[in-house]
Amino acid sequence: MSTLHNSSRRGFIKITSVTGGGLLLGFSWFSAEAETPVIMTQANFAGELGFNSYLSIGTNGTITIFSPNPELGQNIMTSFPMIVAEELDADWNKVKVVQAPLNSEKFERQLTGGSGAIPHSYKRLRVAGASARHLLVAAAAARWNVDAAECTTSNGFVIHANTGNASGYGELAEDASKLTVPANVPLKNRKDFKIIGTAVRNVENKKIITGKGIFGLDFYREGMLFAMIQRPPAFGTKIKSVDAAAAKTMPGIIDVITFKNNVAIVGNSTWEIMKARNAVQIEYEKDGNTESTSDHNQILLSLLDSGKTTQRRKDGDAETAFANAAKIIKSEYQCPFFPHNPMEPMNFFADVREDAVELIGPTQTPGSARAAVAKLLNIPEKKITVEITRLGGGFGRRLKFDYVLEAAELSSIIKKPVKVTWSREDDMTGGSYRPAVRYRFAAALDGKGNMIGYKLRGVGINVGNSTREDCFPSGAVENLLIDSAEHTSPITTGPWRAPVSNFLAFAEQSFLDEVALAAGKDPVQFRLELLQKARTQPVGAIKYNIDRMETVIKRVAEKSGWGTKSGVSQGFSVYFSHATYVAQVCEVVLNAGRPVVTKIYAVVDCGEVVNKSGALHQVMGGIVDGYGHAMFGKLTFKDGAPEQNNFDQFRLIRIKEIPEVEVHFIDNGIDPTGLGEPALPPTGAAVANAIFKATGSRLRNQPFMDEPLYKSSKGF
Amino acid sequence: MAIYNLQVNGKEYWVDVAPDTPLLWVLRDHLRLVGTKYSCGISECGACTVLVDDNAVKSCVFIVSRVKSLKVTTIEGLSENGDHPLQQAWDELDVPQCGYCQAGQIMTAAAFLKRNPKPSLQQIDDAMQENLCRCATYHRIREAVKLASTKM
Repeated sequence: MSTLHNSSRRGFIKITSVTGGGLLLGFSWFSAEAETPVIMTQANFAGELGFNSYLSIGTNGTITIFSPNPELGQNIMTSFPMIVAEELDADWNKVKVVQAPLNSEKFERQLTGGSGAIPHSYKRLRVAGASARHLLVAAAAARWNVDAAECTTSNGFVIHANTGNASGYGELAEDASKLTVPANVPLKNRKDFKIIGTAVRNVENKKIITGKGIFGLDFYREGMLFAMIQRPPAFGTKIKSVDAAAAKTMPGIIDVITFKNNVAIVGNSTWEIMKARNAVQIEYEKDGNTESTSDHNQILLSLLDSGKTTQRRKDGDAETAFANAAKIIKSEYQCPFFPHNPMEPMNFFADVREDAVELIGPTQTPGSARAAVAKLLNIPEKKITVEITRLGGGFGRRLKFDYVLEAAELSSIIKKPVKVTWSREDDMTGGSYRPAVRYRFAAALDGKGNMIGYKLRGVGINVGNSTREDCFPSGAVENLLIDSAEHTSPITTGPWRAPVSNFLAFAEQSFLDEVALAAGKDPVQFRLELLQKARTQPVGAIKYNIDRMETVIKRVAEKSGWGTKSGVSQGFSVYFSHATYVAQVCEVVLNAGRPVVTKIYAVVDCGEVVNKSGALHQVMGGIVDGYGHAMFGKLTFKDGAPEQNNFDQFRLIRIKEIPEVEVHFIDNGIDPTGLGEPALPPTGAAVANAIFKATGSRLRNQPFMDEPLYKSSKGF
Repeated sequence: MAIYNLQVNGKEYWVDVAPDTPLLWVLRDHLRLVGTKYSCGISECGACTVLVDDNAVKSCVFIVSRVKSLKVTTIEGLSENGDHPLQQAWDELDVPQCGYCQAGQIMTAAAFLKRNPKPSLQQIDDAMQENLCRCATYHRIREAVKLASTKM
């Protein structure tokens, strides 16, 4: 990762002025060669250097933009700086991007999750760029003794056309740094955007493709020790006894430490600790329920029938509507647990010393990790620094900081800097899974095929509220009842890319396909009728934008030639999550009786598309991820222990299995929303609905490959 | 422990490690060549792919005692200036998302293109099937291998 070299301390000049947006801006200059691939420390970054900003401008014109949010592949490290550079009118080729460490005083919401960074920061980043541009213009105008209003900016220069004056930002930075940031600077009209809306390549491509050490697992510091931790192999068990005598004598092993339910093997290199780990004899005993997947299946069914439910939304009188219905459709959908499986397994470096604690590694939530370590070690947060490496994927797993706590606790015990690395098996069996969930739907139709009643009960294991009660079709149905129940299990769960939505969207959009067909209506037309109902006769609160949802539906029908094609079977799905609207049409052909997914169309309304390349990439990746997990993903349990522990048993989608994907964005200029998650949820239903159209088989459980349709066909 | 003389990226290295140490960990922990990634450790994902002579090898299961005088090339040594046609294509088509698997993808593709310089898309898929990408950047991986093949 990029960093600031110590030698760059000299020559820093700062201004700190609070703008209307509450953003701190600072200018400083340092030469480009001050950049080195060493992870920076809080000490050489923070306020004592007089540097506390998103942005700095070097006298040579180099623009350095600090990216505060963890980068896990969502491309925030490119899209954030694009927004600043746009308003700054910077020369993008002169922009350098540096990952900032955790600094809660300088940055807000320094986390990656919920597809929330862009909507949170869009305005702030624009103001940061625009404020700096304003100061540079003011400095130039003063130097040339002209009216600032007559000056323009372009590509890193301030220009005064009447006098023919032009100066690069670098030449103006020192003068500009002495001026006061105004409270309200005007932002650009989007028609003048030159960077936002273009395709800009990932700023870390070069490092990635040449193998530079930028990930947490790549971090190394002289004198640090390596550790792996044996955790209980089954949820609901604890350590009974540990015999590490043999392991301790093995080459390269420093010590074997037992703390909490962990046995840490500490040594000089990864392979040595991997080997010694196998020599540690640990006995475990029961400490709670040790559940199997067969138990879960029973638990989910009984929760649906007799669980203690929490009512989530009630409109009208569903019971009466169902009693008076001409037709009732009922259906249930179930999904298994998933591990996140980021390609880079969990790992973290910790150096717990008397004077200070250093934490370095891949985390989506550096702030929460620091707070938790402070509590664990009973020290003030200000003694702890957190540096964020690039994350080799996250998918929600690194929102949890269990692996940070482990590293900190181990370092505090052995009083040495240590990096804890999880094996793939540790990563897949170590918990924090997407919870298993089951949904029961019922729809009541009147004699004309209108949906007059709708019921949804969501049940799951450690899932919390498994419904999204205000999602479509809520607001479009007069009589509606949504409730949920859950089972508490020792199996740990957590957010997984588009939490709850990642399966609820499949279940709901598959069920609505069932209802449309039962009502004798075209599935697209059925959704449009419901939206029209929500518009003209809204029921209760409506928390989605009817026009935006309608637009993506109509556009995907148009782009996919919905209902006009022969030789392919199409399935439709639409979902609103993470403030973004996504409609999809999947196409399936039959090959020797076996359904083959050939193409998925997606129309996305995320408002302004910041980076065309990154946005397209997120949507395509999300769709393939959604398809792959719907088709293949499952984590099952036997007596509390996960039955799949590596990629030979947990099947992830590979290149030969991907369909063609065609993506269109709605160009409406609304402020942008995030794209890390919302393309995934609708995919499962688009696929399942197309497969139903092609085969007459309704896939109601994931993974699809375990459904009778695929079980009975060869080649999968 | 035993002493091994290794030829990596055209340089000579001496390491003193257990004979069963996978090449992956020799590269990462002992030579500090961290571009080669650990992900599965069982030859399933391809993140650790390196070239041994001209063959793509999963370094997580290729133990150091087997290397002998074979020439090892890692992502760091694929090209002098990071400008191998595959690296250029990877940047041009903006392939990486998280980026963790991409070195392995590129090394698999490098070995493949040496054997088959003008592949069809189907042949590219057959070759790249070895490598997992959890971000699912597969469409661009396929295009980038194709693009690189036109420039080699």
